Amino acid sequence: MSFIVAQAITGLASAASLFLIAVGLSIVFGVTRVVNFAHGSLYMLGAYIAFSLVQVMGGSFIGYLGALLIAALAVGLIGAIIETGLLRRIYHAPELFQLLATFGVVLVVQDLTRAVWGPDDLFAPRMPGLDGAIDVLGHAIPAYDFFLIAVAFGVLGGLWLLFRKTRFGVLIRAATEDRQMVAALGIDQRWLFTAAFVLGAALAGLGGALQIPRQAASLSMDLNIIVDAFVVVVVGGMGSIAGAFVAAVIISELLAFGLVIFPEITLVLIFLVMAVTLVLKPSGLFGRPEFATAEDARSPDLPLRPAGSATRTAWLALIATAIAAPLLLGEFASIVLTEITVLALFAASMHFLLWGGGLITFGHAAYFGLGAYGAGLAVYHLSAGMAPALLLAPLAGAAGALVFGWFCVRLTGIYMAMLTLAFAQIAWSAAFQWIGFTGGDNGILGVWPSAWASDPLVFYYVTLAVCGAVIWGLRHAMFSPFGYTLRASRDSALRTASIGIDVTRHRWMAFTLAGAAAGVAGGFFAFAKGSVFPDVLYVSTSVDGLVMVLLGGMQSLAGPILGALAFTGIETELTRMTDLWQLVLGLLIVALVVLLPRGLAGLSALAVRGRAP
Amino acid sequence: MRRVNVRLHVPALLGALFTAFAAGPALAQDGPIRVGEINSYTGPLAAFTVPYRNGWQLAVEEVNARGGVLGRPLEVISRDDGGKPADAVKFAEELVRREKVDLLAGTFLSNIGLAVADFANRNKTLFVASEPLSDAMVWSKGNPYTFRLRPSTYMQAAMLAEEAAALPARRWATVAPNYEYGQSAVAAFKEVLKAKRPDVEFVEEQWPALFKIDAGATVQALENAKPEAIFNVTFSIDLAKFVREGQLRGLFKDREVASLLTGEPEYLDGLKEETPEGWIVTGYPWYAITEPAHRTFVEAYQERFKDYPRAGSIVGYNTILTIAAMLEKAGSTDTAAMVAAMEGLELDTPFGPITYRAIDNQSTMGAYVGRTAKADGKGMMVDIRYADGADYLPDDEAVKKLRPQE
Repeated sequence: MSFIVAQAITGLASAASLFLIAVGLSIVFGVTRVVNFAHGSLYMLGAYIAFSLVQVMGGSFIGYLGALLIAALAVGLIGAIIETGLLRRIYHAPELFQLLATFGVVLVVQDLTRAVWGPDDLFAPRMPGLDGAIDVLGHAIPAYDFFLIAVAFGVLGGLWLLFRKTRFGVLIRAATEDRQMVAALGIDQRWLFTAAFVLGAALAGLGGALQIPRQAASLSMDLNIIVDAFVVVVVGGMGSIAGAFVAAVIISELLAFGLVIFPEITLVLIFLVMAVTLVLKPSGLFGRPEFATAEDARSPDLPLRPAGSATRTAWLALIATAIAAPLLLGEFASIVLTEITVLALFAASMHFLLWGGGLITFGHAAYFGLGAYGAGLAVYHLSAGMAPALLLAPLAGAAGALVFGWFCVRLTGIYMAMLTLAFAQIAWSAAFQWIGFTGGDNGILGVWPSAWASDPLVFYYVTLAVCGAVIWGLRHAMFSPFGYTLRASRDSALRTASIGIDVTRHRWMAFTLAGAAAGVAGGFFAFAKGSVFPDVLYVSTSVDGLVMVLLGGMQSLAGPILGALAFTGIETELTRMTDLWQLVLGLLIVALVVLLPRGLAGLSALAVRGRAP
Repeated sequence: MRRVNVRLHVPALLGALFTAFAAGPALAQDGPIRVGEINSYTGPLAAFTVPYRNGWQLAVEEVNARGGVLGRPLEVISRDDGGKPADAVKFAEELVRREKVDLLAGTFLSNIGLAVADFANRNKTLFVASEPLSDAMVWSKGNPYTFRLRPSTYMQAAMLAEEAAALPARRWATVAPNYEYGQSAVAAFKEVLKAKRPDVEFVEEQWPALFKIDAGATVQALENAKPEAIFNVTFSIDLAKFVREGQLRGLFKDREVASLLTGEPEYLDGLKEETPEGWIVTGYPWYAITEPAHRTFVEAYQERFKDYPRAGSIVGYNTILTIAAMLEKAGSTDTAAMVAAMEGLELDTPFGPITYRAIDNQSTMGAYVGRTAKADGKGMMVDIRYADGADYLPDDEAVKKLRPQE
């Protein structure tokens, strides 16, 4: 009994940490609709800044506390710079583009933090005055845990007062519910957005700063927390503060007690909670359904037209270049081109969902990874040859998409995106921890092409032929009756449904088709690399794919190809040149988002306009 | 104002992007001997790999100051894999096909080591794996072209199990990150300890997710099982969290703790005031090793980098010593000759003589075992002894079963 009480308090302290990071994210999303990937980076900065301040002034309780608060304010200031310098310029851009910009910020902050504080983990001393433990029914519980719980309740109460009792809070809530209406009433949205972002950033900074008496400041804090923070926000309901609190408590307590009974399950548990919540309650515990359907209100993109003669010529030139390039550039070029081709197909399959169906996916790595594992496991367990293993890849991808998709397509917008992420992370956890079947982190080795295709050039042409055909097939599907229906359902789900089309089923089919295509890419990726590791299923693979699609440009079918080409080309060259390649890549992405909100493919649209009289 | 005419020339763009791929090095038989090196130099792993890079740089400079090997200077071409196995394979391809390196070396994470090892096997390229710990590197996934320097998970776990067997404790608990390394370490520790002490029982196992330990709850669960001793495999940020929660909650009071790798400066130094006292650890007490060869290494390192060496530094240094000794023995950069030279290669290192065992391509480089202590707010190892790697490997019969025989 005493153990249960102690474990419950411990869980509550973890919940406090989670709540503090998640609540800022929820506020920022609620008001600005920006899916802020850089929230974890702000959290990390809070921890690092607090660590440095504690070295100077952390000798007493008051000094330590002051250091934590100053760190939070400093991060708020950094948030102001990010908002006014970057985000404000791109609110008119498509939502996902803003996500890309924040991803650029993640890369920049990661490298700057390493440049300023060095790569070592920095472990702060305990907080003076709270450096002991309190006895609870015979169990020692750190005094700081109680402090953390108190701070969380304090922040919850403070935000409640702010949102209920001040004009600013009322405006924030109004903006969360209906942005247009607030604007129509003559409120300057720009400052409202800045204020909300600064508040969110300061809360992230506070969350990070408050962690330093518990954990070392480290460079992996940003990506480690961001996914968990999203899970909490989504389970609670986007934009809901009380929801974030309840979700943080539920998840933390489940983890605290779960590890007593099933110590191996911790990694999967948090995503299981999200998946179950979203399946049962599609907009989170406290979220409003409007949030989920707000996507439908946006103005549809220009209709896609069949290629004109200029576009056809460009496509033919692209294909000719793809065939000729390795002959001119040597062996290594065919290896890089193989990777680019595979990733172009991966990006194209994502693009098919994102643009064709308006279905946002953060977990497309699942189907890419299932394809890779399908091929790899066929080689490993069944000693299959290359051809049968590659045939299995799309089947594995499609099977995964069929099952996961059934749940995902019932949701919309950010909720759907997060459910796709949950399934991908569950798949990743299984691959990472189920060592007997998948080889775990040590992966599957020896997945090399058959003898006839072992020459890099031959393998490249095989890859180009198959992946190119699948990309063409996806394009073809976009112009088929199925594709038209899908695009109609994207532009107006309501109208499409009202003329008797089963929107959910079409989305499910599109999801499965995209999964199969990603599976093909995954299969070829496995044979190109000779091995399969769990990281093909990880969120970073999905993010890379998303970056490629957005970099290339959403509105063009050539976008994913250009994006894969640019991203892989730049990354390969940059990593050879400088240790600060993430910084350069991040700055490039930010610059691109600001200067070219339609992506690389938008260059050609720019050219058309440039030629006009 | 005139509009700028921007047109998209796809072939021109492609051409621009790929001109860089075409260039290769000018090859000369009497030019430098080229070593392709791959490791995770950016991101969170930089804390481990930068001292490692310093180590191999120092050794390269020393070797070249002596006139190189076989009358040719040694040149290391280094690549950052960013912690991704797929990128490591890409750079391995690049180093072999475009840079025409004579052999490959490096890697830190086990999965990257294994990916490059498999690549080396397929391309019949020699690979000196410096840092990856996984037993699979030389056993279940071992191949004739891959040789591993650092003492493996099994060897280090066996060192601790030997110490653990000498303790009176019978009720043990384990805590390890839930992935291949953690699971292998716990399995090896249990196997060796059980063999020496059949009366030992394991009463609790905790498997926190890697880098996501829920430290308070994990500590509480361990405490609840009332073990007499604990075997810890968590490291890095998980270790810091685990130690602080454990100290605050009194988990380590009157309990013995055996902890893998914790004595390496990479992990121990970060703990500072929080350093637990009296843990039995494997590690690298560079400040306490008195062998003259090692003193010389430390002085040269500190002179060159104005910093003290970490465990990675000595591994990086020994990697280049290995390659230099191997080249002297092989007499050429022909892969078959180099592989033959690696088998059974003996050389002197700052840790003393080591051998690359012909039976499984594992070096006998060992590690130091000792207890943790705290002085001036800093963690250190005391009561140290050098555990020679040769003494902590299974017998040849067992190794033959573990490693696929070609």
